[in-house]
Amino acid sequence: MNGVCLQARDLCVGYNRKTLIGGIELTLRRGEIMTLIGPNGAGKSTILKSIIRQLPLTGGVVYLDEQDMAALGERDVARRLSVLMTAHLHPELMTCFDVAATGRYPYTGRLGILSKEDKEKTARSLELVHAADLADRDFAQISDGQRQRVLLARALNQEPEVLVLDEPTSFLDIRHKLELLAILKDMVRVRDLAVVMSLHELDLAQKISDWVVCVHGDSIARQGPAEEIFTSDYITELYGASRGSYNALYGSLELEAARGVPEVFVIGGGGMGVPVYRRLQRQGVPFAAGVLGENDLDYPVARALAAETVAERPFRPVSDEAFQKAARLMERCRRVLCPVADFGEMNEKNRQLRELAREVGKLETK
Amino acid sequence: MRDKGLRCGLGFGLLGVLAAVLLLWNIGAGSVDFTPAEIADSIWKMAGIIWTIRLPRVLAAAILGGALSVSGFLLQTFFANPIAGPFVLGISSGAKLVVSLVMVGMLSRGAVISSMGMIGAAFVGAMISMGVILLLSRRVRAMSMLVVSGVMIGYICSAITDFVVTFADDSNIVNLHNWSLGSFSGTSWDNVALMAWVVGIAFLLAFLLSKPIGAYQMGEVYAQNMGVNVKRFRVELILLSSLLSATVTAFAGPISFVGIAVPHLMKSLFHTAKPIVMIPACFLGGSAFCLFCDLIARTAFAPRDMSISSVTAIFGAPIVIYIMASRKSEKGAGA
Repeated sequence: MNGVCLQARDLCVGYNRKTLIGGIELTLRRGEIMTLIGPNGAGKSTILKSIIRQLPLTGGVVYLDEQDMAALGERDVARRLSVLMTAHLHPELMTCFDVAATGRYPYTGRLGILSKEDKEKTARSLELVHAADLADRDFAQISDGQRQRVLLARALNQEPEVLVLDEPTSFLDIRHKLELLAILKDMVRVRDLAVVMSLHELDLAQKISDWVVCVHGDSIARQGPAEEIFTSDYITELYGASRGSYNALYGSLELEAARGVPEVFVIGGGGMGVPVYRRLQRQGVPFAAGVLGENDLDYPVARALAAETVAERPFRPVSDEAFQKAARLMERCRRVLCPVADFGEMNEKNRQLRELAREVGKLETK
Repeated sequence: MRDKGLRCGLGFGLLGVLAAVLLLWNIGAGSVDFTPAEIADSIWKMAGIIWTIRLPRVLAAAILGGALSVSGFLLQTFFANPIAGPFVLGISSGAKLVVSLVMVGMLSRGAVISSMGMIGAAFVGAMISMGVILLLSRRVRAMSMLVVSGVMIGYICSAITDFVVTFADDSNIVNLHNWSLGSFSGTSWDNVALMAWVVGIAFLLAFLLSKPIGAYQMGEVYAQNMGVNVKRFRVELILLSSLLSATVTAFAGPISFVGIAVPHLMKSLFHTAKPIVMIPACFLGGSAFCLFCDLIARTAFAPRDMSISSVTAIFGAPIVIYIMASRKSEKGAGA
């Protein structure tokens, strides 16, 4: 039980006493980030709301430090677990300092008057999320990104062991998403926090999570370390994405390939091919890609988007066999594109392909 | 920080002086005017118009005005809606209805209802209206619609009250009619003592709830996470706000818009919505506001009394309209 601070045993969650998701087993340790992923409406928020006691459990137990949470008092829970939820806040006439200071609630007296220590801790929490300069600003007048940071400061100000966040990066632009998650990662390390959150950005979930829980259907479909969960096939299956695919290596989503007989042959390699593949996909032109080493930057994208891909095993020069195959494909295409300008030992054959294309007048230069 | 403390001190100082001046002015002015020396003399001797008629009335205006404003502030917190109040949500009218029914019922048997009985009846009425509003608030998410529902409940209650009053035959019905329009007149010293007790206790309890009220302003989810027992807190808030507005209605009939206008003015004056400041500020502000309105009600067309509700509406309703209009434009700018 080393460092375990939150545990769900046979947890069943749902609304109006009806179980939507059952048999949930979760174990969260300090210093760990656990992320719930899954399609919209899968029940990620329902699980989080049940853990923080906002929804009554339909079955099972949640343990906080090995104590049944249902038996703990409000203040006991408040001092160990804090939240950042999606509910929109419109507090009246509150500065960001006031909002962050509400995190001190479980520590103040009968009338909630802040002590000097409370004020210092609030200021420090704002500093931690790089929001010290916002302290005197009206909470209603700041941007979404700033608001999330101030709310994170509020949550940290509660000095929790466990932090529960529901889609903390929604409505944020990419810069603020990264900023927020970077701060979170720091906090986990500095304060030895345990974090459980839901995210719908798979690329971010893959990078920040120590443990990933896939919520799908009426149970936890699968859970494990990020490396095990984020395989292209599984994520595509989890989200039932039939019109595209998920690239586990890059953590990116690719749209569906244009199917049919290849009209264009793209000689790619070293990342030069990707923009061309994407453009052709957008235009709905089926294309063939080659010859790519299986360890080439272009290869995963070509696999996702090209109607056909000619590949060579990793770290080997393009073989005659692959060259012949590519040449035959090229013959059937009307056009050939070659974004690659630099040829070396490994892709010498690709240079020959380009020459071949030029000879037959199919090479398009731009 | 120091700036906030200063603002707070100045605000309370201003309110205190305002309330005190209005209190004296109210005692002095009326269909018979008195000089301060005569006032002091009368109070000293516990006699005359001032002691038996005017002073209780003025104190009632101060106490009930404060109660109404605090009740409004609590309701606004509960519904997270700046235009919630005991009058617009139909709570005052519900209290009025039950009080009228009980009064007419007792009068027809030749009995007279006690002040405590009035408060009890008003509380029952307030809770009935509150219950209906709470049921509606589960279905009606939009705040403006909730207020419209409240106004409708108010109309229904008023209509039934009018019906009861029209068909009841008793000389006391004149009194009942006056009361049902809203007035501080005819307050006795016994009444003042009772209302001071009830309002005093409710005010103290509300003040002690400052901390969870502050948390609740952040929304239910955060309040719960901060350690508020939300279910219990909601019940406490409902009971306190109903008790306060029921007490007002029992003694002075329904008084409109004070519960919305005063908290709004206080928020602007103190530039904060923190309950620990707002609850005392609303009380003082409500006292001053009602003293001012009662002064006008008594003196504008002296010797005839206007209903207090008409005067509070003239000053309060524009503030409500202003709040709604400025809220709209905020949303428009955000979209």
